[in-house]
Amino acid sequence: MGKYLEMIRIRFLMMLAYRTNYYSGILIYSINIGAYYFLWSAIYGGKESIQDLSITQMTTYIAVAWMARAFYFNNIDREIAMEIKEGKVAIEMVRPYPYLNMKMMQGLGEGIFRLLFFSVPGMVIVALVFPVELSANAGTWIYFFISIIFSFIINTQINLLAGIATFFLFNNDGLIRAKRVVIDLFSGLILPLSFYPVWAQNIMGYLPFQGISYIPSMIFTEGFKGSQVFEALINQALWSVILIIPVYVLWILAKRQLVVQGG
Amino acid sequence: MKYLSVFFQYAGQYLKTRLTYRADMVVEIFSDFLFQAVNLVFILVVFGHTTLLAGWSKDEMIFIYGFFLVPFAIFSSFFNIWDFTDRYIVKGEMDRILTRPVHSLFQIVLERMELESLFGAVTGLIVMFYAGSKLGLEISWFDPFIFMLLVIGGALVYAGIFISLATIGFWSDSRTDIMPMMYNIGNYGRYPVDIYNKIIKYVLTWILPFAFVGVYPASYFLKREEWYTYAFLTPVVGLIFFLIAITLWNVGVTKYRGAGN
Repeated sequence: MGKYLEMIRIRFLMMLAYRTNYYSGILIYSINIGAYYFLWSAIYGGKESIQDLSITQMTTYIAVAWMARAFYFNNIDREIAMEIKEGKVAIEMVRPYPYLNMKMMQGLGEGIFRLLFFSVPGMVIVALVFPVELSANAGTWIYFFISIIFSFIINTQINLLAGIATFFLFNNDGLIRAKRVVIDLFSGLILPLSFYPVWAQNIMGYLPFQGISYIPSMIFTEGFKGSQVFEALINQALWSVILIIPVYVLWILAKRQLVVQGG
Repeated sequence: MKYLSVFFQYAGQYLKTRLTYRADMVVEIFSDFLFQAVNLVFILVVFGHTTLLAGWSKDEMIFIYGFFLVPFAIFSSFFNIWDFTDRYIVKGEMDRILTRPVHSLFQIVLERMELESLFGAVTGLIVMFYAGSKLGLEISWFDPFIFMLLVIGGALVYAGIFISLATIGFWSDSRTDIMPMMYNIGNYGRYPVDIYNKIIKYVLTWILPFAFVGVYPASYFLKREEWYTYAFLTPVVGLIFFLIAITLWNVGVTKYRGAGN
């Protein structure tokens, strides 16, 4: 446990060394949220609500979806791919801790850093500029925080899968990009899933991606009520557990497959 | 002439390296298609809940998006300099570039080109023809030439902005998140600028002129006469931003100090 805390801490400090860049990032995220705000205002036109979401809830949804993204998002898929290509993975694998756990902890260090130095100030700025509604209900906040932890786990597991795939494809920039696109679309980052046609919603209900962005954002905007919140959290928890299986199976296969391309 | 032959030699080598990892190339082309599909899906889903967006219909929006894909495909095939600082400054690769007798920016363009991104232009044309036929647009004999001019203008706008940002690397080699985010901002040129407020509209027109890659030039083909002035400014704005970028680059190169290796 101690060594994992240390990994989180080191990565956190590494990010802290470059913190000034994050202030520009907040500005750009705000511009991003702003442009979506105007787009959605035009889409709503005069309408009171679409799919039970009011324009204020929609603005909040977008703001929190982007800010939560700063927490769960990481580049460990690219890092793993890079370490495999450069042959560094051979050294990493002889170290006295599981490689995948280490990657996950590094991602967490990065996520915690961004949550504190990016999402929190970013949310304050966004809330001042745009008509965002922050819930006064402590329960909502607690559920939201539980939910984004699951978001992080699910997203990181999918990143691990994409990263490990490098063992088989050798060069998988394409796969990593495809994965990012699929997550943007099916996680509910750019569109709440309830906006999709019903048949599409049914398919997405069987996929893990909604646990990345849609569920935490809906909890935060109170688009989910009562038992829906618990069902959503259970869905996330189940996927967090289920995804362990493909990650480990692929990892075992990958270790047999290992070809170091030089390094 | 020398530049042309260097280009073809690089392109030949490039194809060899790409064909080594065929599976990855197929996935990459496929992921490009997916990426383009995402935005179409967004438009389609949104228009499932509304009929007009600030006076623009669904097919017009799809047409604008189709147009945007063409200059964007050209840009992303040749100007992959979003990781310039990491790749060339921090790792000292710029030293190698500067010892060679071809303009440094041209070499980087060649080294980093991704020709398979040009498939995006094909998608764009298909999307435009689909939306155009639904809208009943007519094509005159000079339209293909105007189209090419506007596409080049749009690609130069993108290239100008991203090269200018890359030159920051000559003055400061610290990591920045500006580049990936700029890709996001670039997407807002795809939507009609009249949905944004005045400041954003101004920024998208004159400071980060992404509107000249999508909605302004596309409005020429959609016969939106109120935007014609902007449509025909596209090549001018493209040229100006590209020249600014080249100037910044040439000044930046003189400020470059090797990172040491």
